[in-house]
Amino acid sequence: MTKSVERDPAVAAMLDRRDERVRHAQGIGGVIRSFLDRVRSGDLGSLPVVIGLVIIWTVFQTLNPVFLAPNNLVNLLFDSSTVGVMALGIVCILTVGEIDLSVGSVSGFASALVGVLWVNQGWPLALAILAALAFGTVIGAGYAFLFNRFGMPSFVSTLAGLLSILGLQLYLLGSTGSINLPYDSPLVNFGQLLVMPAVVAYVLAAVPGIALLVLEYRTANRRREAGLSSDFFGRLLLRAVVVTVILEAIVYYLNLDRGIPWMFGLFVGLVLAMNYALTRTKWGRSMTAVGGNREAARRAGINVHYIYATAFMLCSALAAVGGILSAARLASASQQAGAGDVNLNAIAAAVIGGTSLFGGRGSAYSALLGIIVIQSIASGLTLLDLSSSLRYMITGAVLAIAVIVDSLARRSRVSHGRA
Amino acid sequence: MTDTSQELSDGAELVLSLRGISKNFGAVSALTEINLDVHAGEVVALVGDNGAGKSTLVKILAGVHQPSSGSVTFRGKPVTLADPSAALRLGIATVFQDLALCENLDVVANIFLGRELSPLRLDEVSMEVKAWTLLNELSARLPSVREPVASLSGGQRQTVAIARSLLLEPKLILLDEPTAALGVAQTAEVLDLIERVRDRGLGVIMVSHNMEDVRAVADRIVVLRLGRNNGVFEPDASNQDLVSAITGAANNSVSRRVTRRQAQSDQAPTPEARR
Repeated sequence: MTKSVERDPAVAAMLDRRDERVRHAQGIGGVIRSFLDRVRSGDLGSLPVVIGLVIIWTVFQTLNPVFLAPNNLVNLLFDSSTVGVMALGIVCILTVGEIDLSVGSVSGFASALVGVLWVNQGWPLALAILAALAFGTVIGAGYAFLFNRFGMPSFVSTLAGLLSILGLQLYLLGSTGSINLPYDSPLVNFGQLLVMPAVVAYVLAAVPGIALLVLEYRTANRRREAGLSSDFFGRLLLRAVVVTVILEAIVYYLNLDRGIPWMFGLFVGLVLAMNYALTRTKWGRSMTAVGGNREAARRAGINVHYIYATAFMLCSALAAVGGILSAARLASASQQAGAGDVNLNAIAAAVIGGTSLFGGRGSAYSALLGIIVIQSIASGLTLLDLSSSLRYMITGAVLAIAVIVDSLARRSRVSHGRA
Repeated sequence: MTDTSQELSDGAELVLSLRGISKNFGAVSALTEINLDVHAGEVVALVGDNGAGKSTLVKILAGVHQPSSGSVTFRGKPVTLADPSAALRLGIATVFQDLALCENLDVVANIFLGRELSPLRLDEVSMEVKAWTLLNELSARLPSVREPVASLSGGQRQTVAIARSLLLEPKLILLDEPTAALGVAQTAEVLDLIERVRDRGLGVIMVSHNMEDVRAVADRIVVLRLGRNNGVFEPDASNQDLVSAITGAANNSVSRRVTRRQAQSDQAPTPEARR
């Protein structure tokens, strides 16, 4: 009656392959098939943002051939780094299912603080930067206190923070309204000029592929020894080669002009560190758990208040870092810093990159991908000499599309049992 | 209505002892002066109607709620269960009725939630092996431990939740309606599992509505009614006695229904009366 399927005894012996009802991907074809299955069920990952980026780049390149020139892309990386770091903080806070609307104000105040302490008061630069970081962390701790102690929704507390910190920034800068940072200082050089030497860039671009291969190969060996299924070596090698080729190609192209900005290097470094923290540490696991089901996390013995506090503090501290970087980029700390669309660009970048507004789903890479989308739009429209009114409208539309994709994918995940 | 705990204990270690536990939510007294003893290697079933205070009692033992008054003694020492992690540290593991799983995390992450191996560099391989070991002990049929829990059926989720509670090798396990969402075979497996857990010398408190399951596995049946102790029974107690203790009177809707059915079947035996 029951049709017995021939099964490889070696496969059947594996701990995680005992259930013969489950189809497991085998070979390259199986890998592709399981990827398509995942996408169809709404587990989109970073697919929408990559497709969106291709469309945006194609459109702007046909409208203005300068857009994809190495020079413009290097500028784009400089600009991406500042708001990108803030978006990284937003990823952090969205992961636990909360929001911080004040990252723009915090960044503006941090830049003002650095300007006042360093230029006007004559503090050492490092001390001024530390003070700004400490300020950001304290602000985050304040939100966390309001949230944990009084249950104040983060939406409201950070909205109040947006206004009060903006006021603080205007007060601090006083009547002058703007402080120019010295052009020959290391901070401004970092924000405007410093790029990696070509050799360093090539070497750094080779690191991820090699690290991926070595680490995954070791994991695969450990899994095999423990009696679990493991990736075959060819697949690991293929992935490492693809990653390395892509990264080296990007470096080569950008090296045709000035090269990779160190500031962008710092941003990517922070993204990698955040990715490690979110996916490979107990803290990151707790963050995702709190964002997915707060009560379950609490009952599992996770200190939920502590997790919220770290999320808020990290978000504000990263906003302060972003503020310092944008002061460096503009060589000034002004009343306009952090105002306008900075706030929403940071949030939009995280969401466009694929971090869910509903909490519990997010990746550090979404800040990187999302900010490149946002900056591409800004840069492309600037090249076309379009006014900021159009830029706002188009960025808003892209954000709306991203949220719609997120909601639809979520619904599809629920109906496919993958929420 | 006699307290049979003394005869049953046979000198086994008294794992948990509650004396005079009360819990008020505002003006509502959810629990009043509850006494409860659980010995090592004993399954105590906690039964009662809706609103009898079963879930509140479980939550107090799990450290989710704090009692308004009364004392908790665990393995001979008076303890306060200030929060869930305090209860876990002592060795009280809880499987909640809503299972308290994070649907966005995979099975391994859920089983190890809050007690991951090597916190700064998660040891995914060891965790996955341990997860499979636990699940195989429960003879569970899970397609993959790397899928989010959202993709699992109700029974599979129950299995994951029980596997998780066993991870810390607790002294006392609280099961809140463990069989409510399960199919026939899985119910039997969970009951087997409960017996296996008991034979390892653990105390088990099981909350259930299902009298059949309770009788099948419990060593003692403790009845709560409107937040008060309302008798302790042995598993061979008659259904009539249990029901009247649960509902609080011999004359209740259940007994009236039984009597009516009895009368009908006496007059004209119909196929349905055999039920």
